[in-house]
Amino acid sequence: MSETKVAAARFVGQRMPRTEDKRLLTGKGVFVDDVSYPGMLHIAFVRSNVARGTIKSIDTDAARSMPGVRAIYTYDDIAKFDIEMVSFYLVSPPPGPKVTALANGRVAFVGDPVAMVVADSRALAEDAAAAVFVDIDEEPPVVTIEDAKSGAPVHPDVETNVAAEAGVEEDEDLEEMLSGAAHLITGTVRHQRIAQAPMETRGVVFAQNGSDITIHIACQSPHMVARYVAMAFRLPETGIRVLAKDVGGAFGLKVQPWREEIAAMAAGMLIGRPVKWIEDRLENLTAACPAREQICTLRTGFDENGVMVASHVDYAVNNGAYPHSPDANLAVPMFLWAPYKMPRLGFIARGWHSNTGGLAAYRGPWAMESLVRETTLDIAARRMKIDPIELRRRNIVTRADQPTFSSMGIPLEDVTPAECLELLLEKIDVPAFRKEQAEARKAGRYLGFGCATYIEPTGSTAVPVMASEMAQLRIEPTGKVSAMMSTFSQGHGTQTTMAQVIADHLGVPFEDVTVFEGDSTRAGFGPGAAGSRQAVAGGGAAIKTADILIEKIKRLAAHLLNATPDDVRIEDGKVIVSGTKEMTRNLADIAEIAYNEPDRLPEGMEPGLEAQYRYKGPAMVFASAAHGCIVEIDAESGFVEIKRWVVAEDCGVVINPAVVEGQVAGGVAQGIGQVLLENLAYDAYGNPTAATFKDYMLPGITDVPVLEFHHITTPSQAEGGFRGAGEGGNIIGPPTLVNAINDALAPFGADLLDLPLTPSKILAAMEGAG
Amino acid sequence: MSEHRIETKVNGEAVAAHVEARETLADFLRGKLGQTGTHLGCEHGVCGACTVIVDGAPVRACLMLAVQADGTAITTVEGLADPDGTLHPVQQALRDEHGLQCGFCTPGIVMTLAALTADGAKPAEDALKDALTGHICRCTGYQGILRVAQRLAGEAA
Repeated sequence: MSETKVAAARFVGQRMPRTEDKRLLTGKGVFVDDVSYPGMLHIAFVRSNVARGTIKSIDTDAARSMPGVRAIYTYDDIAKFDIEMVSFYLVSPPPGPKVTALANGRVAFVGDPVAMVVADSRALAEDAAAAVFVDIDEEPPVVTIEDAKSGAPVHPDVETNVAAEAGVEEDEDLEEMLSGAAHLITGTVRHQRIAQAPMETRGVVFAQNGSDITIHIACQSPHMVARYVAMAFRLPETGIRVLAKDVGGAFGLKVQPWREEIAAMAAGMLIGRPVKWIEDRLENLTAACPAREQICTLRTGFDENGVMVASHVDYAVNNGAYPHSPDANLAVPMFLWAPYKMPRLGFIARGWHSNTGGLAAYRGPWAMESLVRETTLDIAARRMKIDPIELRRRNIVTRADQPTFSSMGIPLEDVTPAECLELLLEKIDVPAFRKEQAEARKAGRYLGFGCATYIEPTGSTAVPVMASEMAQLRIEPTGKVSAMMSTFSQGHGTQTTMAQVIADHLGVPFEDVTVFEGDSTRAGFGPGAAGSRQAVAGGGAAIKTADILIEKIKRLAAHLLNATPDDVRIEDGKVIVSGTKEMTRNLADIAEIAYNEPDRLPEGMEPGLEAQYRYKGPAMVFASAAHGCIVEIDAESGFVEIKRWVVAEDCGVVINPAVVEGQVAGGVAQGIGQVLLENLAYDAYGNPTAATFKDYMLPGITDVPVLEFHHITTPSQAEGGFRGAGEGGNIIGPPTLVNAINDALAPFGADLLDLPLTPSKILAAMEGAG
Repeated sequence: MSEHRIETKVNGEAVAAHVEARETLADFLRGKLGQTGTHLGCEHGVCGACTVIVDGAPVRACLMLAVQADGTAITTVEGLADPDGTLHPVQQALRDEHGLQCGFCTPGIVMTLAALTADGAKPAEDALKDALTGHICRCTGYQGILRVAQRLAGEAA
């Protein structure tokens, strides 16, 4: 093994150009709308235009007679499938009120799918959908978390709008600790609703041939979809082939097929022809499951030296009508103070149903823990007149403190938030900035510095459906390597990164490894892209599988070349026997014998060079980071200009720095959007008020600064030493920016924690102080 | 719905077709011509993913009707690389600089940059960035794309 470890330095760690880029740059990618079948029909949904009410009638007569219309289906038509929508965790039956693919007698949000038109083209389907008349007896809706607390239950068959709950309301001991603390600091963050807004919307192409079902779908894991569809329709999973080549971003939205995709599949089964549904942007912004919308109040007690003594968090999230899974987001209290020494933590977390789109995951679904913690720390620092960096230093978990446990009992033994913070501070000269800031203020210019630090659980083996990942490797008789991975990319570049890992560990050229993903009938079940897990789980599976092949090659080559296995190594696609150059063989020669000349194999050896391994990483693999940014706020317009952004992060052994930095940057940009721009708002009647990209503002190229990256590489205990990097930028980006803005606004005594921080809110804060 | 005969050139090849009056250029290119590299991200002119080059100018294919393409010459992302597979300089720059992740917005970005740098044109970096404000990328945080803008302008200097 030691010699293959030497070879392992060749590709891992390098900024290899991505294999997938050639097809994507030339228009040869295959996204779901690029797939067509002969005779394929198109689906458009008829949706509720009111937030809540009882369906009195659905009149489809006029629509049914329009040209090109092949069928119109309502709930009654698909009821025979008795579809069971399954939760995000594949729990069956799912918790919470029963969810039907199409509205069953009632509508619960604007955009609720009521009927679907199947027609020769999408345009004709839309024409007819507009002619379907749905008569609804409208009721006053529950829109906000506050509404949910006092309003009528969203789902009539349950008594309360509490979708899920965790923690305890009253904790007298804790309250005593808080009230007895020298300083009690409270921060309340209101996080607006967010759209994942992948550039490619959701979509599905469904084709059935007897018992064989083929599904092309925009998803985060074809394997997960196959399992989900089998459960939803109670079908044998083996007849279902889910294919997805390229996916235009997902960010948590496409973890599972949800109501529309399942309804479209039912339509395909009913009509007996291939069908396609491609979500348009209006549907995506009004009816796809959105994310966030949380209110979080964190109370923290400090002693006279700024050392934390106790804390309590009250967390509430708007689940909407039909969430992917009713959820109180237990991960928020779980990780709330994980990177800091917090002696005592209490919490109450609740998810609320409302007459709005149902909640789904979004990159770092528990990100509120970092946002509320890091912004409250800055508020505390200002109140206690302690430098915010110093306050963090007094409370952060360092390597010297480890191994230890967090306040919620999470074992910490190799986390580096303190080291990341110190590296960040080496790169940003904060004292120099403070001088510049003071000078600028005199001139009426408002600069601010903000930083934040965190640890992030990656790999996610503790989540039931995400426990493991599989690799199947085949060294072909040609010596080239085919890798069937259960990983799946929506831009993650796993075709490249997995090939880097495999090429290194097998000792073959990068170009000789081809990674196949995106087919539920290839490799074993794998949950794909969720939980920042693919480098950890997929990388680990690739290494362990490569190890099995290496052992076999060594044994076989030693047998053929009259050497001992320990003297055999593989380098650059050559099988080499130490000390005897003339004994070097191409891997292809060995592979050819392995497959085709079984008589030459050692006694009892199975022919061929194929192996598979299902890898489960450690229960907790933590990534750490500290981010810092400098902003300037224009006192005339209230606009925030981000002048500098520095990242210090530790995601363990880095497979491809460009890919890791791309993940971090994408997350930071989304975080900037959350803080400054994005808002999937509703009016008091439950009407979405951001239904196009003109209203739902995503960050553009001039909203994101050039990011400066600095890596610490503390190997994790996972195979290969990898840690995840997918979600972190979107977790730590928002508090970094909010802290910088509030630092700039410090002369006005403002603590803005009501996202998004729009120019008007910032101006109001500045004028309010004047 | 009225239909109209159009003649156009797409990636150098002559095309004659009947199109509905309401059919967008994007749907025509994708559905009738199979040029699926032109992507539809919003269909209301904001995201820029559907950008193609019409008579030398970058155009939102979702905001132009197919009938309006009569008599024009259109280049889509499929028409940029050399027949031998050599990438167009813009494509190569995006690859070198890791300027894409999921690749869905990428064809539009490629076409805008290709139009602005056609025939050896060398716009200033800020002009390229200004043009790129018409494109939304949800994955990359624009870092690689910013480097591409710098590089394409830098080569000009």
